[in-house]
Order: sequence, then structure tokens, then C-alpha cells
Amino acid sequence: MFPELNSILNSTPDSFKSSDFILVSDRRADASFLIHHHLSFYLRAGCKVCFLGLVQSFSHYSAVSQRLGVSLAQAREKGQLVFFEGLKNSIGVILQEDTSQETQPLSYLRTPGAGLEGLFRFVERSVRQSGDGYAGESWGPPVLLIDDLSVLLSLGVSVGAILDFTLYCQAAVCSELQGNVVILVRCEEEDADDDEEGSNLLQRGLVHQCNLALHVEGLPTGYCRDIHGQMEVWWRQGEETIYNQRKIFHFKVHDKGASFFARGTSSAVL
Amino acid sequence: MAAPVRGMAGSISIGNTTSFQKKTRSKLVSIPGTRPSVQNGQLLVSSGVSSLDYVIGGGLAVGTLLLVEEDRYDSYSRMLLKYFLAEGVVCGHELFLASARDHPDQIMQELPSPIVDDVAGMKISEGQSQPSDPENPDTMKIAWRYQNQPKVQIALASSVRFGHYYDVSKTMEPELRQAAKCHSFYQLQETPVTTGSSLIKVFVKTSLYFQVLASASKVRNVLRLGLHSLGSVLWGDDVCCKDNPAHCHALTTFLYILRGLLRTSLSVAMVTVPSHLIQNRAVMGRIIRLSDTAIALESFKGSEKETNPLYKDYHGLLHVRQLPRLNCLSCEVPDTKDLAFKLKRKQFTIERLHLPPDLSETVSRVSKTELAAGCGTTATGNKHLDF
Repeated sequence: MFPELNSILNSTPDSFKSSDFILVSDRRADASFLIHHHLSFYLRAGCKVCFLGLVQSFSHYSAVSQRLGVSLAQAREKGQLVFFEGLKNSIGVILQEDTSQETQPLSYLRTPGAGLEGLFRFVERSVRQSGDGYAGESWGPPVLLIDDLSVLLSLGVSVGAILDFTLYCQAAVCSELQGNVVILVRCEEEDADDDEEGSNLLQRGLVHQCNLALHVEGLPTGYCRDIHGQMEVWWRQGEETIYNQRKIFHFKVHDKGASFFARGTSSAVL
Repeated sequence: MAAPVRGMAGSISIGNTTSFQKKTRSKLVSIPGTRPSVQNGQLLVSSGVSSLDYVIGGGLAVGTLLLVEEDRYDSYSRMLLKYFLAEGVVCGHELFLASARDHPDQIMQELPSPIVDDVAGMKISEGQSQPSDPENPDTMKIAWRYQNQPKVQIALASSVRFGHYYDVSKTMEPELRQAAKCHSFYQLQETPVTTGSSLIKVFVKTSLYFQVLASASKVRNVLRLGLHSLGSVLWGDDVCCKDNPAHCHALTTFLYILRGLLRTSLSVAMVTVPSHLIQNRAVMGRIIRLSDTAIALESFKGSEKETNPLYKDYHGLLHVRQLPRLNCLSCEVPDTKDLAFKLKRKQFTIERLHLPPDLSETVSRVSKTELAAGCGTTATGNKHLDF
């Protein structure tokens, strides 16, 4: 959890907006640090988190969250976190031709054209589970975090199927259960010729659906060692605001967090 | 008091009251040819070129995928692959080599020969240095405090240094090469199958080797995979010849599964891809994001940069496309992104691209003379005063 980002977004683990659909995207940069922020944020807030980790292993997220002060292993044991390991389970599906019940969510690997229904059923089961009888703890509103939806494009799933999946997730998590959804999409350059099956189309579709969009890019002036990039925050108009708001910040990622500052106020410059 | 054991893959807490786990050096696996990274404790192996190790943050992390975008004639990327495999032979790692164009044995025969400190001869023995024996007649009587120091003449097989230097003008001795366990996959020897399945076959084979490696060996070792020219037409893939390839997700699915396999085992992979043939930039972007470290080689051969005086010392440029963030938020940010490589007679090095300082007056005078001549006026007297 990055405290500066909390103040930018006006949210704390104690009070945050519900039914929020947050899109984190990047273009030729790496926005995964924002996913780590949201993961530790919602775990601290006591929500039930369903995390689809499709590109990295559990130990990677666990190691980073340890530095941010949250233990993923403990959260998984207590039942607060449902972690779906995409990489590890995919090996079983493709190589060993495993067709058991556990690999149903990965049905898109066997038949990419069929869609993501198996994955959605998994998500639905995870977020609808109420708190265990043993601990007697009831968690807060459910949260769905997806690390890298655009990798599904590389695995052969069509953009339409992915957009259907996100629509179903939004209906199930945000509208019905008053929970939040945070999705990471990684895009290409804007001037890619062939865009019918591209990640740009996916990103545009998701921006239309979301309430809050965080877009990470490199600096337009080139590479800089002290400023790792710029982040654009875009709020859809809500109850208080009558117009969409847009702000740009520069950021620098370090070992235990990230610092955000207004453009031109980096410590390297001042 | 049972201390929680922390393996390579992550931490397993056994009902501790605190999540604090002390990191001790004994928990890191000690395999020859590897060392832990100073940033985040990742186990690193050398890529064979020490300057490349420096550029990508100390070395290749075990469990990651290095993508090399080939230069136009595939000369330098093939050389990097040979360095990678030669380093594996010298460190005693297992090798897996898959190629479609040249036979893997041919690539193995061209490996550069390592430069060793010991000139008198290289012994290919598996034993470590002998422990000191009181009855041994070689026991030192005067300098007995130095008895337990390692002997200077270290056999090559038990080399524990991290990076090695190679002499490109000579090839590796056959005995040294055959001492290493090498598995190979030659695409043209396999029965022809439909597009995309050829890559599946590669990973069926690699998964078999992973399982063999995991089960049979009591001594843990690193497996180095080298995949040459993946995505080229010889692999049965049409990514390189069409603008809208029909099976473009065969290659990307393969890279995804390969990375999954690498993460769950002690292996490193180097994949070279002929990116200059891939028309679709979106596919190239996806391939880069599916790998962990990505570099691109751009050689000056055949382009107008060959005669550019700025680049006269170098043979090409090296672009670092992506650096991985493994188990931490930040990655090793390089000082500079202007890197160039050169192949001297014996060595391949990567250096920061230096522009020569424009100190001498003759340099600027030459360019102004050309301009003056271009304007059609006859140059007389002090040329630099002409307007």
C-alpha cells in the first residue's frame, strides 16, 4: 500500500468506494506495482480478495507483499485470499492433459475459441463464499484482482470473449455484491496497424466500463533514472463531480513502495 | 526448535505466531556457477559474457527467460547463444539445445574455448581438492598454516567462479564438451506435424528433461535451455512471413508455458527470435512481455551506420528492452541505455557508447568545409569565417 497513492485517490483501508471498477493499464511500461498496491490495500481493509495471478508465481507476490507489510500465505490460510495460480496450473493442462475439476478455470487453454466461462465460474464461486464457520470472521465486500488480462490475448482468447468475461465479473462483483474489481491490461503502441485483435481494443472497451483508470507510461521526453514514468489518473464523473477529472503524476518505484509527485517536482530536479 | 525451511520456491509457514523469518545464508542452494544477487537475493547464473551480466543486473536469474532479438544476419545472437552454452559446460550445468536450421551438434562444436588460469593443462576430474591427510607425505611442515588453503591448480570441472572468459578464435576441446550433459532437439529430424504442434513437441521434451532432472539427481543442478531462432519459418510457424499470422498464438502460448516450467524448476532459458522478420509489432510486443529479460542486437553490417564515424569502434548496438522485477517492486535501473557491442579478435564485449569529444578544431573545420563547398562558393583563406 502506498500512502501517497491513497491520498491521491482519496481512499484509505478504512473508507474506500465500493462497487468500484478500476482499470490499471500501461503502455510500454510496467504497471504491476499498482497491482501490488491494491492487493495489500484490500487485504489490509479486510476484504475477501480473489486474485487471478496469470503471469507470475505466488511466491513473487508473496515476497513483494511481505515488504509492503502483508502476509499472503497467512491470508490464504485464513480464507481471506483466494489465489489462482495461472502459470503453475497451465503446465498441468497443456502437458499432462489434465481434465479434472480443478483445471476447469483453465479451459481457455484447451479451447481458446470457447471463451472464459470456466474462469468466470471460478471467480463467482470464490467471491460468493461466505466466511468460514471456524474462524467466525466475516470479511468485507469481495474484491477481484486480475494481474494481466492481456496475457489471455497471447493465449488465443478473442477480445470479445474477454470483454464478455469482464462484463459478467462487473455484474457479479460490483453490482450484486457491492465489491470492487481491479484489472491490469498491458497495451501496445497506439499506432499499431492491426488492431482488431489487439490489446488497444481491449483497453478502450474497459475504459468505457470503468470508474477509475490509472494509466502508466514512460516519460514523453525519454528515459530518466530518477523518474520512472508518469501515471495518469482519470475519474469518471460521480455524485460529487459533474465532469470527468484527469490528473498526471510522476512516480518513482523503490524497494518498499512508490512515491508520487506532481510533474516537475522530483527530488532530482529541485 | 524447528526453524521454518525456506526453499527456492517460497516460504512455507508452519503455524508461526509471527511472520518474521530470519534469512540465513545456509538456506540458499549452493550450486557451482551461481551466486545470489545483491539486490534481492535471487540466484543468478552468468550468461557467459560478463559485460552482458553487468547490463542485465548481475546475471540471469534462475527461473527466468532471456529473449534475444536477433540481428539481421544472426551472427552476434548466435555468438551469445554459444557463450551461454559454453558457460554451462564450464560450470558443469546441464544443457538443452533446440534448433531448426543448424544441427545442435554443429552449434556445440563451435563453442568458444574458455581461458583458464592454469596453463599447464586442464584436468577434467570430478573430484574436489583432496582434504589434508596427516599421513600424506605432502603435508607441509614449515608452512603448515597454509595446508588447508585450496591449491592454485583448480580442475576445470569444479570451477566455482561466477563468470568466465572465452577465446572466440578457438573452439572448445571435445573432451570438455563431452563431459557436459547435453540434450538436443533438432526440428528437421522430427516428423513433420501441423503448425504449432512442433512447439508443443519441444516442450513435451523439455518437461521430460525437467522431470528427469528433478527426480534423478541428488545434487541439484541448473539446466540451461538454448532455443535458436524461435518463430522462424523452419519451426513451422508463420509469424515471420505473414502480416496476420493464422496461428500467432502458438509461439506466445509456448513462451507462456515455458516460463511456467522455468519458474517451477532450477533452469534458465535463452531464446533467440528473428524479430526483424516479424511484421506485426503487436506480436513482438507480446513476445517481449512474456519473457523476463529482453535485449535486442542491431548490427551495423550492411547498413549505412557501418561507415558512420561515430560507430567506427563498434559492431552494433545493444538495446535493453525489458528488465525483470523478480520478487521485488523495483528492478535494476541501468545507468544508460546507449550500449554498443564489439567483437574483438578474441572477445565479445558490450560497452557504453561513447561519443568522441569534439575537442580538436580540425573536426569542426572539416564539416564546415563541406558545407562551404556545397554552397558553390570557392573556399579561400580562413574557411571557418565564411558565412
